[in-house]
Amino acid sequence: MERSKIKKIAVLTLEDGQVFRGSSFGAEGEAYGEVVFNTSMMGYQEILTDPSYKGQMVCMTYPLIGNYGVNKEDMESTRPFLEGFIVKEVSRIYSNWRATEDLGSYLKRNNIVGIEGIDTRRLTKHIREHGAKKGVISTTDFDGKNLVRKAKASAGLEGRDLIKEVTCKKAYDWNATGKYRVAAIDSGIKHNILRNLEARGCQVRVFPATAQAKEISEFKPHGLFLSNGPGDPAALSYIVNTVKELIGTKLPVFGICLGHQILGQVFGGKTFKLKFGHHGGNQPVQDLETGAVLITAQNHGFAVDVDSIPDKNVVLTHVNLNDRTCEGMEHKTLPVFSVQYHPEAAPGPHDAACHFDKFIGMMKKNA
Amino acid sequence: MPKRTDIKKILIIGSGPIVIGQACEFDYSGTQACKALREDGFEVILINSNPATIMTDPQTADRTYIEPITVEFLEKIIQIEKPDAVLPTLGGQTALNTAVKAHEAGIFEKYGVKMIGVNVDSIKKAEDRQLFKKAMQKIGLDMPRSGLAHTIEEAREVLKEIKLPVVVRPSFTLGGTGGGICETMQEFERIAAYGLQLSMTSQILIEESIVGWKEFELEVMRDRKDNVVIICSIENFDPMGVHTGDSITVAPAQTLTDVEYQKMRDASIACIREIGVETGGSNIQFALNPDDGRMIVIEMNPRVSRSSALASKATGFPIAKIAAKLAVGYTLDEIPNDITRMTPASFEPTIDYCVVKIPRFAFEKFPGADATLGTQMKSVGEVMAIGRTFKEAFQKGLRGLEIKAAGFESKKATGDLLKNLKTPNAERFAYLKRALEEGMSLEKIHEITNIDPWFLENLAEIVEFEKELRSATKLGGLSPVFLRRAKEMGFSDIQLGEIFSASETEIREIRKEEGIIPAYKLVDTCAAEFEAFTPYYYSTYEEEDEVKTTSKKKIMILGGGPNRIGQGIEFDYCCCHAAFALKDAGFETIMVNCNPETVSTDYDTSDRLYFEPVTFEDVMNIIDKEKPQGVIVQFGGQTPLNLALALKKAGVPVIGTSPEAIDRAEDRKKFSQLIQKLGLRQPANGNAVTFEEARREASRIGYPVLVRPSYVLGGRAMEIIYDETVLENYMNRMTDVTVDRPILVDQFLEDAKEVDVDMIADGETFVVGGVMEHIEQAGIHSGDSACSLPPYSLSTAVIDEIRRQTAALARELRVIGLMNVQFAVKNNEVYVLEVNPRASRTIPFVSKAIGVPLAKLASQVMAGKKLKELGFTSEIVPDFFSVKEVVLPFVRFRGADILLGPEMKSTGEVMGIDADFSLAFAKAQIAASSSLPLEGTVFVSVKDRDKVAIVPIARLLHEMGFSLASTSGTAKVLGENGIPTEILKKVAEGSPNAMDLVRQGKLALAINTPAGEKPRQDEIRIRTLAVTHGVPCVTTIEGAKASVNGIRSMKEKTMKVNALQDYHKQLKTKKPVYV
Repeated sequence: MERSKIKKIAVLTLEDGQVFRGSSFGAEGEAYGEVVFNTSMMGYQEILTDPSYKGQMVCMTYPLIGNYGVNKEDMESTRPFLEGFIVKEVSRIYSNWRATEDLGSYLKRNNIVGIEGIDTRRLTKHIREHGAKKGVISTTDFDGKNLVRKAKASAGLEGRDLIKEVTCKKAYDWNATGKYRVAAIDSGIKHNILRNLEARGCQVRVFPATAQAKEISEFKPHGLFLSNGPGDPAALSYIVNTVKELIGTKLPVFGICLGHQILGQVFGGKTFKLKFGHHGGNQPVQDLETGAVLITAQNHGFAVDVDSIPDKNVVLTHVNLNDRTCEGMEHKTLPVFSVQYHPEAAPGPHDAACHFDKFIGMMKKNA
Repeated sequence: MPKRTDIKKILIIGSGPIVIGQACEFDYSGTQACKALREDGFEVILINSNPATIMTDPQTADRTYIEPITVEFLEKIIQIEKPDAVLPTLGGQTALNTAVKAHEAGIFEKYGVKMIGVNVDSIKKAEDRQLFKKAMQKIGLDMPRSGLAHTIEEAREVLKEIKLPVVVRPSFTLGGTGGGICETMQEFERIAAYGLQLSMTSQILIEESIVGWKEFELEVMRDRKDNVVIICSIENFDPMGVHTGDSITVAPAQTLTDVEYQKMRDASIACIREIGVETGGSNIQFALNPDDGRMIVIEMNPRVSRSSALASKATGFPIAKIAAKLAVGYTLDEIPNDITRMTPASFEPTIDYCVVKIPRFAFEKFPGADATLGTQMKSVGEVMAIGRTFKEAFQKGLRGLEIKAAGFESKKATGDLLKNLKTPNAERFAYLKRALEEGMSLEKIHEITNIDPWFLENLAEIVEFEKELRSATKLGGLSPVFLRRAKEMGFSDIQLGEIFSASETEIREIRKEEGIIPAYKLVDTCAAEFEAFTPYYYSTYEEEDEVKTTSKKKIMILGGGPNRIGQGIEFDYCCCHAAFALKDAGFETIMVNCNPETVSTDYDTSDRLYFEPVTFEDVMNIIDKEKPQGVIVQFGGQTPLNLALALKKAGVPVIGTSPEAIDRAEDRKKFSQLIQKLGLRQPANGNAVTFEEARREASRIGYPVLVRPSYVLGGRAMEIIYDETVLENYMNRMTDVTVDRPILVDQFLEDAKEVDVDMIADGETFVVGGVMEHIEQAGIHSGDSACSLPPYSLSTAVIDEIRRQTAALARELRVIGLMNVQFAVKNNEVYVLEVNPRASRTIPFVSKAIGVPLAKLASQVMAGKKLKELGFTSEIVPDFFSVKEVVLPFVRFRGADILLGPEMKSTGEVMGIDADFSLAFAKAQIAASSSLPLEGTVFVSVKDRDKVAIVPIARLLHEMGFSLASTSGTAKVLGENGIPTEILKKVAEGSPNAMDLVRQGKLALAINTPAGEKPRQDEIRIRTLAVTHGVPCVTTIEGAKASVNGIRSMKEKTMKVNALQDYHKQLKTKKPVYV
């Protein structure tokens, strides 16, 4: 393994002028994005390859990252999608029986700019207090004023449709056989969702987010799945319209994260941006029916305003115990439900995996 | 689902005396539980025999029974108190075992007491190896593969499945003899054949060996709605094969991918559900094969454990408190997270720092003991360190350990490198450093030690950077950038001073000039996601400091660091009391300590907690930050006391008795002058650096002499020497001797009584806290002696003289706060042995015996109050007797030359209280697990002077049905008085002797009052053997009287139990005693 003693300087600058000086790892150059923090202590590989992070730069609150390297199996998509990666200390070596590559090399190979050696807790607290901020990581430009200007000028997330950058170009079959045909609309779908469906006997066809209702109907699905994805859900009227066309035919529909936010809009509701979002693997969610608490993996910066949904058949089923925001909803007469969190975990706890079984149950009833 | 309404009164079982493997973490958990339950309106009854606990403070529970933790005493308490429920999951294995026994004896059923937190079936399922294996198989979890064989052919067949290395365990042999680890086929053939031959049933178990695998632990909590959360994951630095209590451990797990971690999490949840722990915390241990990730469940503790305490301190999540709330029916989502206030306890803490726990050993106390680490726990304490990187936390931990290492150092690696890397031992990090310094590759070190490469890499980075630092000096000095990097990697000022040939203070000055000072970060359970309100801090070298200092009057209390023999929970108790009292008095209190097992490191004990090593550098950094009006160094034992002069020199306002006065009491020469000035008497004494000097001093003083190094606590390396040869040998063994730190040579007062006195003083008023008469003769370390308060045999005149002398000493030393004096009384003459102007080990015991919180009063006195204002101006002499007895760790150190003597070796203590001295003594013996016998053989051997006094004692024993055995002299006297006695030889003369009786399991009690060298050595050997066999031993005629009267009382009367609160009520009407 390469051990270079002299580290190249990297600087993270936020749009409000906050500066964090550290050193470069991964790719060199400049990267822009909304800076968010993730509180998962493990699972950086899954976070890197989660397409929902498109447009964002992720700061890991756990300071020691890269310890177990990168392996072939724990990919959540084909490549990393986030814009930049921010950590306290990157391990110089990796130690794990499945690892094939160290984190720095992996990021470099995938052209992702990273910064290490900064006070990530200071950054986290800043975001907590002032909200998610646009920022720039640079290994080339160290002029403060310039960098703030660049950060301000960067695209940000609000009102922005990033789906087209992460969705598949055309429909493909994840697997060829299965008891239930599931049409999955790919807004940046995580592979562990597909693995979970496959493990439960589904045959999954993945459709681009731009697919028309007709194309999806032709697949004769037993169930429709709406995936996670990046950016502002309010900018995705085309997916909302597609789903509107498909829903109401007694077709079981299950949405996760962005899929949940799309369903909220399908039923006439609004979404809003959270101050700094929920990104981590320890969020307590209460099932309002049973009272049980699930520890969930979450990654979202927007939430559904459940009170804004005019359709009174839509009921709130799950609530976040930290801030009481909507974490799940269900239609009383249609077989439609969704959750804001990630039952597929990856990374995170498996407490909510039962939602996949529920979806299967609905399809079974309908089949 | 709110709390249960069918329960009003709860009995909590404590964990008893501190022993290796069960230390003050259970005071921490029990105290939290008491507080939590009382907060919710429950009446809490407590049983715990350990007086040195916050939990047994009369304010902690509603009714406190300092009584032996046995089924008999439990029943007596239940009879009186009629609790609705018993909570046994917070008092370690002792509480759990006692509860199971009481359940089996039908006691809970008889009195309608519900067991909460856990049920007996779950305990059995978790603790019985077979039941546990079955349960784990049922839920599909992997256990070590194994198979049975009855012939060598079968054994070879089994091996085909299991593969080398394996452990062979013959069935039905005593203590597993004949088994062993087999790494090669030859070894297997040999051990398997031998095992088959040894086994009574010709059967061997062949189990796969998981030695060298990675080891992990998860702390799990469950509520009655079946919500389960993981509080913390812990990864062991030391691989499988070293007991987790002896391992360096790190939180959170460092080398697990999320996939592997979640698999472990799922397994933990399945495990707690299958075992059926209804509510509360459990700890589950896993082994992971580093080559293929195969995961095996090792064991589960269905209760709050040592690891729970560590996990609580590591995350800020109060496991014991929450466990208590869950036991009474709350669910996790109903309990708020204290730290964030806004979020519930139903979440999983996430941390943004690295925590390292390092165990502290005491092998130097047990020469000859096997000092290697294995599956049996041997450490006596631990230190925890928090840093933003592993490197920083690791180095902080090492300097907090107080083993004369300022960080990651190789000085102690003086033995064979390969051998010491291969066999884990207490100095393993020194050898790891040496290996790295010598350029051994990580691969090679990993191959030898099985320590994960990630840890080794981090150690290598420290070594590499140190090399860079060393080369930098040659290039002309220390750049600020380099200095900052060094601090980020946890290098201490002392380490840097060594590298740059500068003093610690010089480095400190340079560092401060460059603005390189630590930033303090919060421990908040949530990695800064939510605002935290709990002031729990650690230092690191980063940008943002989160401490919000106030302008309030502040007092800082320095804790005692890791537990060790001689400095343990008693000092933590005092520190906590200081925090409580000063908080009440309106001060802002700041605690500095690094021991995760303690109440002092609870985030609600003081106003601000700094979880930091108690070293000059770390303490000064906090002082720079906080600028306290006063710093208390008297309460944390020798650790903070050793800093006193340096702190004072640095301009720190050390309050209480001045560091100069402390020095005057500790420096032999100054002390002798003090004694002379006051016209008191002390044993003749002198100093020596060489053997020649020692020889001269000893012949001047006259043998026997007591020798020891200066400035030590717990009588380290203290010995009684009867002749020159032994003296020469001793002087040769002592290496650290200099003119500044000479060997002290004292006259040893043979056949003297020893007395301990605790006093509190404010400069004007001098009040005796308690006079304690030892039950053993002088010569056994006071920390290892049993004692009684009030004295049971001293004359009033002698006690008054002791009081007078104590006050005179306190006045002369201008003691502000606490002082402890040890006296010897010989022929009614009083000798001053030692003066310690600080909190002593006996403060908690005395406070409980007299119903006055001495440490609380002392801390207020140090902050400027007068005893008159506080209303404590006269000594309280109780009508009842309180007896302290000690617990020794000899069982853990087989092979050690374990002799009781002037060096302290005990780990813990118990207290027995009764109106009757003999019953109090009997209770203390039961609580210390060496009950006085009601039948059997008593060995009696007394010196000539006691031969008259022993007659009535022996007669009473004879009348009570005991048979007697004696050496010839005593037997003759007893025979003349018509008492039949079996005659034994002296130990040196051969068999049959008293030691044979012990070995044969026939001895019920030994009464042995020795005089002179040979009898004393005999006595020590008998006592040592007796102690390991749990046979009580008495060495004074007074002790013999006490024991025999105790036995008579036990036979004639039933022992009663009484709550501490009732004893204290009784004291209110006492007539005062003035000095």
